Amino acid sequence: MRKLLSLTLMALASSTAFAGGYRVSIQGQKQLAMGHTGVAVVNSAETAFFNPAGMAYLENKFNLSVGGSALFSKTRFQENTYNTTASSDNFGTPFNAYATYKLNDWLTAGLAVYTPFGSEVEWDQNWQGAYLVNNIDLKAIFIQPTVSVRVGEHFSVGGGPIYATGSVTFNRNLYAANSTFQVDGNPTDLTIEAKGISAWGYNIGMMFNPTDKIRLGLNYRSEIIMEARDGDANFNDVPDFAQTTLTNTTFDADLPLPAEITAGISVQVTDKWLFAFDFNHAMWSAYKSLDVKFNNGLPTSVNPRNYKDASTYRFGTQYKANDKFTFRAGYYFDESPVQDGYFAPETPRNDSNAFTGGLTYQINNKFGVDFSFLYIHFDEIDNSYDHNPNGNFAGTYKSVVFSPGVGITYGF
Amino acid sequence: MKNKFIYLAILAAGFASCEPEFENPVTTDDYSAGEADFSSYVAVGNSLTAGYMDGTVYKSGQANSFPNLLAQQFALVGGGAFTQPSYEDDVNNLGGISGIPGFGTRLVIDAAQGRPEPLVGTPTITLAPQATAYNNMGVPGAKSFHLVAPGYGNAAGLALGQANPYFVRHATSSTATVIGDAMMKNPTFFTNWIGNNDVLSYATSGGTRPDNPGTPEDESLLPATDQTGNPNAASYGSNDITDPTLFAGVYTQLIAALTSNGAKGVVATIPNVTSIPYFTTVPYAPLSPAALGGSANIDALNAQLYGPLNGIFTAYGEPNRVKLLSAASANPILIYDVDAIDRSAEITGALTPSLGAPTATAFGAVFGKARQATAEDLVVLPASSVIGTPNASSPSPLINLNGVSYPMPSKWVLTANEQAKVEAATTAYNNAIVSIAATNDLAVADMNVILNQLVSGLRADNGTLYTANYFSGGTTEFKVLFSLDGVHPNARGYSVIANEIIKVINEFYNAKLPLLNPNNYPGIHIVPTN
Repeated sequence: MRKLLSLTLMALASSTAFAGGYRVSIQGQKQLAMGHTGVAVVNSAETAFFNPAGMAYLENKFNLSVGGSALFSKTRFQENTYNTTASSDNFGTPFNAYATYKLNDWLTAGLAVYTPFGSEVEWDQNWQGAYLVNNIDLKAIFIQPTVSVRVGEHFSVGGGPIYATGSVTFNRNLYAANSTFQVDGNPTDLTIEAKGISAWGYNIGMMFNPTDKIRLGLNYRSEIIMEARDGDANFNDVPDFAQTTLTNTTFDADLPLPAEITAGISVQVTDKWLFAFDFNHAMWSAYKSLDVKFNNGLPTSVNPRNYKDASTYRFGTQYKANDKFTFRAGYYFDESPVQDGYFAPETPRNDSNAFTGGLTYQINNKFGVDFSFLYIHFDEIDNSYDHNPNGNFAGTYKSVVFSPGVGITYGF
Repeated sequence: MKNKFIYLAILAAGFASCEPEFENPVTTDDYSAGEADFSSYVAVGNSLTAGYMDGTVYKSGQANSFPNLLAQQFALVGGGAFTQPSYEDDVNNLGGISGIPGFGTRLVIDAAQGRPEPLVGTPTITLAPQATAYNNMGVPGAKSFHLVAPGYGNAAGLALGQANPYFVRHATSSTATVIGDAMMKNPTFFTNWIGNNDVLSYATSGGTRPDNPGTPEDESLLPATDQTGNPNAASYGSNDITDPTLFAGVYTQLIAALTSNGAKGVVATIPNVTSIPYFTTVPYAPLSPAALGGSANIDALNAQLYGPLNGIFTAYGEPNRVKLLSAASANPILIYDVDAIDRSAEITGALTPSLGAPTATAFGAVFGKARQATAEDLVVLPASSVIGTPNASSPSPLINLNGVSYPMPSKWVLTANEQAKVEAATTAYNNAIVSIAATNDLAVADMNVILNQLVSGLRADNGTLYTANYFSGGTTEFKVLFSLDGVHPNARGYSVIANEIIKVINEFYNAKLPLLNPNNYPGIHIVPTN
């Protein structure tokens, strides 16, 4: 059953960006419910992602956490200079699976599989901003074998290599609406598609427990550059006169999945109450430009992004009502890495406030079911993308994201 | 436990259905007509108002005339129906007019040849009288005084050059005037953009007369007249510059008619010719050493033609009139300048000893008013296919290459002298337009200023930098605002013009109209083969 579930999730693997950039912060049902804090929390095998050092403190010999979310993302666009509106409704299924096994008193091994990056946006084909993007689907799955080493009573370290595998599909029109580059009214468009892109990175952390009530955590997940090589670049609806130049070809492009450093603290105030705070800092400034180099002599498509580093402030709490029920709630403020004038409709996200909640129902002392929900509020924003030769693309965006999730925890 | 699932499902459904909502969703309620009343909008003007592009009016082009684009925005705030002359007979979307020489099909880029060509086909547009007053009263080719001329739409006047086939198609009677037909629509709002042709036909013809195919002579070798000071339009040749006093009188008459029912409106000024690609695309010095056939040819031209001419002109005090051709850089074309000092006698005299009297006399006749073009001269767009080709008027195949060994006829070049006349008239017309508008409290769309920005680049509201450049390949296609005739905008250009007029209306009449997105309008038309 578990195997079947995880296979199904694999097949569905897709995520919709809802945090800053194309980061998707849904890496565990328990921790998501606590505002996606966790660098200084030891709750379950989810710690393999949040802070591998925490695995050493898990009480059970074996821990398994598997979960997935149904992510609904809706974005609306409007502008009154030309009187246009557009929308993008998307659905994604970020998932995660973590397992840890305590080899001895000081060494714990684990495996983490999660989907920290992704973006799916699908505007109406040939909409107003079609020369920037019609649709994009970016997927990445991280697989991370992990070890955690306990160094004495108060301190532990942990980490592991990350094998990232991903794919991207991106479609846009070649030019803004144009009677020249079209066939039967269908504008010439370009689809680039690369599958099976793989790259390596790492995730390391340390945890310090000055008392049995307080944990301090520090985690660093490295940058991973997804290097698409010889992906397919196909031109569609190419008019006859351009067929000798706009030939289907292959492309090379690099997409950085930025490094992220997290520091946090958790405090066990009473036996029932736990409070946690995390500070994330993502090095988005690595994403300067999306340059698509074509291998048939066409000029390189340069798309400046000029992201800036961005931070997230996370607050979470957990209330253990009894042996059966644990309730969680959280809040975070997420800064957008997108700068003014670079607000492209492929990741139309601004600063957001997110509210989370959830609970665990412990069926028996081995098996529990986790529920979570996430609601992200985006303020309406007026912004534009000013770096395309076809013209600026300005307007008002408003997004809403909601995601219920479910997971299971198994341990002995 | 089961109940909890249900609650969770309900909660999930509740959140999942919540829609992102704008605080101020855009709706047409946001827009307003301000002090203007668009219930009957009438556009008066010439080809620019008619939606002329690519050298003609054709069905799909007319749909993007700037008045039609404006009317679509007016419709959001109470604008009424907007009718245009019928082009239903343009079944193949070719433009032109059937059976009338000079009214060919629309221009397209033939990708196989890489150049603009008239689209292959035969025009199906006829002069069948529609006898209807339309909201779009733009008549291609009309000058200011034509709009008040009875009989301008009389088919019988076509052969005499007194009527215009475009107005013949829809004039309500053989004695109707354009302005009279316009007033039959009882305009509550109007645009008036007239006067371009009062100076443009002079400019595009390089300051020469039109050739009359009925005579053996080539009248286009003769200069057209700047009629400033002569208010009698009946005495004008079709390429003459209209007297500014006549222009101002006619303009006052037009505005008096258009405002007689209290209509408000926008008048537009006349852009100077330097902002249109018809005059800015062909360089004055296009003759590269390679184009001239290499250094051997250049040496021969210098020894036999440029050297002697330079010597003679220098001897008579014009050392810069002709210089030796360079084998290292591009050379200017040789042109016939009607205003140059005539040195035919001197050339004949100087060359007689070496060439003999008959040949020397022929040289004198050909090169007496020749000079090399300078950066001050504007070479017209069609000259690009004439430069370097043999001229049939040449007395000898040794000196017959246009612009190289034979002076380009005057009609291919608008010289600095001729430009000064054009500019003086344009300025006078524009002063009249602005002052008449002020008297009548009308808004002015200063197209002269707006289109002049194209020289350095006009930043449109969507951020695209448009220039006055002629089409120069697919990768710059989206920056091109002018159609392939080099004079008239393409559909995208008309949308930019419509936007400028909307901005004027919004400002002057406190209206709030949305702009058009130029990206939504086609630019250049390219066909694989023709």
